[in-house]
Amino acid sequence: MTTNQPTPKPAAQPGKPAASQVQKEDAMWLQKEMINKNYHDLAVAHDVGRKVSATFVPGNLNELLMCFDFARSLPETNALQNGLRKKSGKMIMDAEREGHSEDVCTYVKADLGMMQAGQIGPTGEKLPVPDVLVLSYTGCFTFMKWFELVRQKYDCETTMLHVPYQGDGKISENMVQYVVKQLKEEVIPTLERVSGVKFDIDRLREYMKESVNAEEDLVAVLQSAKNRPSPIDGYFGGVYYIGPMFTAFRGTPEASKFYSVLRGEIEERVRRKQGPITPDGEMTEEKYRLVVEGPPNWTSFRDFWKMFYEDGAVVVASTYSKVGGVYDFGFRHDADHPLESLARYCLGCYTNLNFPQRIDMICKYIDEYQADGLLINSIKSCNSFSAGQLLMLREVEKRTGKPAAFVESDLVDPRYFSAANIKNRLESYFQMINQKRRATAGAATAH
Amino acid sequence: MRCFIGIDLGSTTTKAVVIDEERNVLGRGITNSRSNYDTAAAVAKTEALVSARFQLFRDALGRTKALNGGLDTFIEQLERDFRLEQFLEQLADLEEVCVRNAEGRFGRDTQAVQAALVETFKRLGTEAPELFAPGAKRKSDFFRDIAGSRYLAIGEAVAKDAEVSYDHLLNVFDRSIIEVENRVYGDTVNRHLLAAMDRTFKALPDTAAKGERIRAPIKGVLDTPIEETYVVGTGYGRARLPFSKEHIRSEILCHGLGAHVMYPGTATVLDIGGQDTKAIQVDKAGIVESFQMNDRCAAGCGRYLGYIADEMNLGLHELGPLAMKATKTIKINSTCTVFAGAELRDRLAIGDRREDIMAGLHRAIILRAMSILARSGGIRNEFTFTGGVAKNEAAVKALRDLIFENYGEMTININPDSIYTGALGGATFAWRAVVEEGKTAEARK
Repeated sequence: MTTNQPTPKPAAQPGKPAASQVQKEDAMWLQKEMINKNYHDLAVAHDVGRKVSATFVPGNLNELLMCFDFARSLPETNALQNGLRKKSGKMIMDAEREGHSEDVCTYVKADLGMMQAGQIGPTGEKLPVPDVLVLSYTGCFTFMKWFELVRQKYDCETTMLHVPYQGDGKISENMVQYVVKQLKEEVIPTLERVSGVKFDIDRLREYMKESVNAEEDLVAVLQSAKNRPSPIDGYFGGVYYIGPMFTAFRGTPEASKFYSVLRGEIEERVRRKQGPITPDGEMTEEKYRLVVEGPPNWTSFRDFWKMFYEDGAVVVASTYSKVGGVYDFGFRHDADHPLESLARYCLGCYTNLNFPQRIDMICKYIDEYQADGLLINSIKSCNSFSAGQLLMLREVEKRTGKPAAFVESDLVDPRYFSAANIKNRLESYFQMINQKRRATAGAATAH
Repeated sequence: MRCFIGIDLGSTTTKAVVIDEERNVLGRGITNSRSNYDTAAAVAKTEALVSARFQLFRDALGRTKALNGGLDTFIEQLERDFRLEQFLEQLADLEEVCVRNAEGRFGRDTQAVQAALVETFKRLGTEAPELFAPGAKRKSDFFRDIAGSRYLAIGEAVAKDAEVSYDHLLNVFDRSIIEVENRVYGDTVNRHLLAAMDRTFKALPDTAAKGERIRAPIKGVLDTPIEETYVVGTGYGRARLPFSKEHIRSEILCHGLGAHVMYPGTATVLDIGGQDTKAIQVDKAGIVESFQMNDRCAAGCGRYLGYIADEMNLGLHELGPLAMKATKTIKINSTCTVFAGAELRDRLAIGDRREDIMAGLHRAIILRAMSILARSGGIRNEFTFTGGVAKNEAAVKALRDLIFENYGEMTININPDSIYTGALGGATFAWRAVVEEGKTAEARK
């Protein structure tokens, strides 16, 4: 889920126009260093005697994995990083040549293609074969098939945590205990055996305390978008902000530092009434405030973003920035109840919510962030989460009275980003908002 | 007089509509988009302004009652004569360019080729009045098509007589047509109109007798400058217009508003154009509430029919009438244009009738549209169908049937000028910008 651009931090070049350089917040540069370091740690893990775990973003048990000294790899993040670096196209085609159909999730195919080509990771360093696959199942059925394929290839140990779906829209005590029982009886013993490290619950508590610090700061950052103008873009910028939290860093002092620096920066932007930083510099005029559902397209990430900020559109809230954990409605990891809070964390991920919950969340965002409407970016190869999105759209339109729009692209398959079509729809959508606004203003004057 | 113009730069054709301060449609113009939106926009606009002039002539002459009873005949004759004048000027232009392009190109054959060109154009010029005679049928009104098809026919005969290579003549035409096609003849309109009037007086000697009573109102119209007060552009080539972003509207909004202007009761709009299908829901004021378009795949658009026409070796306009002769509808399963082509050949091979297969293909294209309509929130009363495909009677029939099957009785509006819906919406936005919002034209930054 984390992102960083392949472009190196530009050195100060007096006389060169700033527009030619990618603009980022300081925290984003810091994050880039963290991510690169994690890839390096993974590359050398086996050389220095560390075991390697692989797990998925939604429902990742990072604090727990740290208790066993695992170097931590996240296959979706690898895929999207490869997408951002324009490397995923070839990987996907390689996987298709091996027999994986065009309709299969492109994260999966990018990962399989990367394995075929020798596991060279996004930064150019070779990624290790994982020692354990931790399959925390939080709503995406494909995850199971994905790890089945990885296990087949590497014959590595697998442990599964089955997280019950929030079909009734609530987390019962039974559900929590069911997850805790699996952690105690299945997951932790396996991790102990693979790593050779004995589980120490106090160590878990310490990591969780760090998590809470970072979580507080992350929520403050994401909610800063309630300001006008919003100092952040909660989608395109949001994917940077959630990076460390949703991946290998939650529970580390580095993450706490990252979020405290980030929060400081953003609060300063609020004080100065500044808009978000885009790759082309600060966005000066906020014309449209949107809520977005669905992941971004990674292979044309910058082009996609540009279609928004060029027209003065800022995303004030997104569901995607909750995919690895929903924190803004009060959930925090709890050092006093460590296993229960891991269970509640997994149960509460956005991917594990039912339709009414997802709709409620979007309606709440539209209201609380004073958004002009909802945009859905539906992912062609994601069957789990694209299903039902049109119904969500209709319902949100009905409840909020705000206009909604629908575009389609893909995660990391560069063949499924039709820039002209998407731009056409976005422009139409922005103009539609404008027209509705004028009509509402006209009606208000008439009364 | 102040005028408001909408230009819809589509993938196949470019359309323009001119309206006056009372929002009456004065003129419409259409041209092929020819991969050159700058020219297409200029030509469509000029055409619309010409058609506006004719409307104003009609109004002015109608007021004087000089032509009592003969107004329609006179205006129609004048329009044909005007088209002929335009055609002759373009033809002369084309001849000059062809002769120049032949210079030194064919070695010792050059002179013979140039002589053949002169002869070809002489014959083209001689037969030109027939092309614009009353009741003459033309497959297209675009210069490239009319001149091209006649050039091919006459050139072949001339080449044979003169014993020069026909290929040479084709080669010269291909090199020259784009240059001529991309010229805008805006400043020659008045001259052509005056010359056309002389022709018309000759063709209709009765009217000539009324001389000044007819000339004066026409001259009055010609002497009143038409002010292009505000232009709004839409369609795929909209970014090419020489105006600021303020002048650009998405085609969704323009089609929504255009349909509302044509039929104020419109709630749902379906537009099937060359490369996309749009389903639009509008409110009572023509404001777009939601929309859906085909994504990722353009099956079910106008091009689908173009492809099928090519496969069947038919003209696009022949498909609908053929399908209307069907006695049953063959089920075509493929939503993919290319696969549908394969299915078509398959069906022909097993002996199905072309008419019945055509009916199936028209139903298939409309089925795609039905699913996009469903995505946008379904069909509400009234329903307005626009775009090039709305001119196809078999597509309209399939649509009526499917609407009835899925939604029951509905008011279905199809305007004969539906191809201009987007441009009309654009012109209405231009009018609103000036009259309601007090804006003035801004150049592109």
